[in-house]
Amino acid sequence: MLRFIVRRLAWSIPTLVFVTFLVYIALRIGTDPVESYKRINPRVTPAKIQQYIEVNGLDPNYVRGYFQWLVNFITLDWPRSIKGSREVWPQLKDALANTLRLGAAASTVGISVGLLLGVFAALRPGGRRDVAVNTAAFVGISIPPYVSAILLQLLFAVYWSRWFGSTLFPTSGVYPPGHTGFNLVLMLKHMVLPTTVVAIQIIAVYARYMRSSLLDVLSSEYMRTARSKGISERRVLFKHGLRNALIPVVTIAALDVGAIVGGLIITENIFSYPGMGKYFLSAFGEGDFPLLMPWMVLIVASVLIFNLLADVSYAWLDPRIRLD
Amino acid sequence: MPGLTQGSDLTDELLLPTVSPRRMAFDRFVGHRAAVVSVFVLGTMVLFVALSPLTARYGVNEAVQAPPNYFLSPRGIAWLGTDDIGRDLYSRLIYGVRVSLIIGFFSAIISVVIGCVVGAVAGFRGGRFDDITMRVTDLFLAFPFLVTLLVMRNMLGAIDWLRPIMGDISSVRFIIVLFAIFGWMGVARIVRGQVLALKEREFIEAARAVGATRWYIVRRHLLPNSVGPIMVALTFSVVSAIVGEATLAFFGYGPQAGAGATSLGILVGQAKGAVNTGFWWLALFPCLVLVTIALSINFIGDALRDATDPRMQKDA
Amino acid sequence: MSEPILQIRDLTVTFATPLGPLVAVRGVDLDVGAGELVAVVGESGSGKSVSFLAAMGLLPSTATVHGSVMLDGVQLVGASAKQMRSVRGRLLSMIFQDPLSALNPVHRIGAQISEMLRAHQKMSERAARARAVELLEVVGIPQPGDRAMQYPHEFSGGMRQRVVIAMAIANSPKVLIADEPTTALDVTVQAQILEVIQKVQKQFGTAVVLITHDLGVVARVCDRVNVMYAGRFVERAAVTDLFDAPTHPYTRGLLASLPQAGKERLVPIVGFPPNMLRPPSGCAFRARCADAVSDCEHAVPELRAVGAAQSACIRAAELMQPR
Repeated sequence: MLRFIVRRLAWSIPTLVFVTFLVYIALRIGTDPVESYKRINPRVTPAKIQQYIEVNGLDPNYVRGYFQWLVNFITLDWPRSIKGSREVWPQLKDALANTLRLGAAASTVGISVGLLLGVFAALRPGGRRDVAVNTAAFVGISIPPYVSAILLQLLFAVYWSRWFGSTLFPTSGVYPPGHTGFNLVLMLKHMVLPTTVVAIQIIAVYARYMRSSLLDVLSSEYMRTARSKGISERRVLFKHGLRNALIPVVTIAALDVGAIVGGLIITENIFSYPGMGKYFLSAFGEGDFPLLMPWMVLIVASVLIFNLLADVSYAWLDPRIRLD
Repeated sequence: MPGLTQGSDLTDELLLPTVSPRRMAFDRFVGHRAAVVSVFVLGTMVLFVALSPLTARYGVNEAVQAPPNYFLSPRGIAWLGTDDIGRDLYSRLIYGVRVSLIIGFFSAIISVVIGCVVGAVAGFRGGRFDDITMRVTDLFLAFPFLVTLLVMRNMLGAIDWLRPIMGDISSVRFIIVLFAIFGWMGVARIVRGQVLALKEREFIEAARAVGATRWYIVRRHLLPNSVGPIMVALTFSVVSAIVGEATLAFFGYGPQAGAGATSLGILVGQAKGAVNTGFWWLALFPCLVLVTIALSINFIGDALRDATDPRMQKDA
Repeated sequence: MSEPILQIRDLTVTFATPLGPLVAVRGVDLDVGAGELVAVVGESGSGKSVSFLAAMGLLPSTATVHGSVMLDGVQLVGASAKQMRSVRGRLLSMIFQDPLSALNPVHRIGAQISEMLRAHQKMSERAARARAVELLEVVGIPQPGDRAMQYPHEFSGGMRQRVVIAMAIANSPKVLIADEPTTALDVTVQAQILEVIQKVQKQFGTAVVLITHDLGVVARVCDRVNVMYAGRFVERAAVTDLFDAPTHPYTRGLLASLPQAGKERLVPIVGFPPNMLRPPSGCAFRARCADAVSDCEHAVPELRAVGAAQSACIRAAELMQPR
């Protein structure tokens, strides 16, 4: 197992390099960094343009350019944003923190509630609980997150205050505009709506996963053997049923969590939540290459790490899986 | 002497009636009420949309009356209200849904065709091709959907020599091709999975033993037995294309097909602005339509999956 | 025979299906003496497994069970869930056909056996593990100490079935029901498993009900044979009597269909098993019976003594006359 992890980690480095290279190409072709730079700063001199090209590794030869960029990146000599020459890391760091908070909250709530509902439904398949949970989950999956986001926003931003005079849950930002410093209550209040939106989707998906997995397990032969041993029904359910049903679900959860870092774009946009999504959209819209590349690296790294985590947890939970 | 031969009435009455698998699947599908309702709902929608010059009340870019005509709430002359320049939301919804459905269906069909071919080959032959394909699709599918979509969109749109094939970046054709390129990977994985499962079954071995060529096996045995998962993959591709198009349009990256032309995504995108201003009809109706379409297709896909699952019913 | 340890009387099992009620077991009687090895023979769908699943209380909720199953004086039909849990694994154990799917793939073998032990005996985890290793040795698993730490997929089919047997007899049950224990195994391994079952039977004094469709298995190890068809017993006899002089046309058909050296063609029993949704009137076998007469369709025949055996064929005595 340890050898496997070490080997995968070793492999991730060239994979990281390769994938970021592909991203580099895609961004160069798709967003035309130099043109964007010129567009944002129309009165820039040719000397400055040349400097921009060098510092960002935008040599006409893609391979050479990429290595230029790579060297700068690794030595932490990151070029600044095309807008106002702001430093990248502070922005990125804040965005990451905000998204992680939102993602963690939504995942925790979503996965735990989802799993519970799934178990609840699977215990009496075909019954009313099952149908209710299944249908609700279905509807949850079918409503794209921004629809629920918009509707919730409509409800709380416009109508609640219209009907009740005050705002119950704010619909934008991490703190009210102009607020500085750390305030837990305010932060939580601002997080309620976006977390709910994301959690709805997660609950729906995991309720279905768990239900399906548990139903599979419950109809397995070893469940009959477990019952024929005369052990308590509770034990049969937990040690045999759930234990086995959780395996595929945990694996998928590991992958999903890895994708959270870049997966909340829509929700963040609607709630004006300054996270990784907002960061990406504005950087992408402007073609801000210096801002985009580090963001991409973070995403790729996160995906690779959580892929590894998913594989490891799968092998750890299911002894039938032989790791390479 | 009574009751000896196989053809006798006695034996007949003792046998269970037989039912073909296709009939069983159909019966199972019909047993899902939600799916049947969805078929009707979707069918009605498609009909409405197909007959659009007749069913729409105004042109897609036509104002309902002389100004003041903007932001009118639902009323007689505009059943679902008007937008910011006085156009009838109801008619625009019809035209918009038409565009979105076209995008959805065509990209799904292309994805499924490509996906079936790649998936079947990967699953059947295995080896290098399978390895590489799976690695590539794994990586692609692991990334946040919207990010890859946007990046791919911009990249493909900027490559000049692709333009004859894909059309201009804001054209409907471009979006169809874009989603097709995206969608085949998910389908390929499903088909590959199915082929892998079937490959080891004895009837395939039997076919090989009587000398069937690989192509024959794929055509006659593997594909027909994969029809279930393929149809399910098709429905889910349609939904993801329609929702994806709406997502792109939401951020302003959707299709701009000429004067005032719209798509469901664009209409939903306008919903965001409507929130702040309180013109609820502009938000509610497009969202409702989108959700209805997504729900219906999902129900149908789910019922298809149940209907074609060869496993017996759980409690019989 | 002294008081039988397992006494089944008039057991009936009906399943509620979308196509109507299906009577899988239609009035079954059986006596099993302590320490005896009894065979229940029948083809797929004859109701043999269902009868004993009913005794164990392991049927799904769509099944209704009537009749009486007395195990060592305790009535099992209609017993509460708590009572059944106390009986299962302690007084009455069952092993199934496919040992791979019968074992939980993510638990170690030793743990699965010790779970059985600790469910019914007060033992520490360590003591249970030690006992599990002893049991593995009894059933002939080499290096039991190491093997107990392994998982089911690391064992071969025969080894797995031994593990299943060890698990089933862990608490020295009075009766072990073995439902087709050798069907999923190679022929060579089958013999070994049967030996293990016999060994366990003698060592623990457990009565064994061996359910099978394989007459070869029956000939090897059983004292008495009960033949089931369409949810009822149609013949009971001692092993040698059954093979020498079968008293029911179905048994005769089974024996005749066995492959034999020198025989040129296989002789199957013509026809198909009956549709249990609409059981035929009278004898369920008459559609396939070369000796059927018009009386056969009147009443469902009961088992009657025919010499030392019992037969449900109304013409049994007559057909036994040398022709």
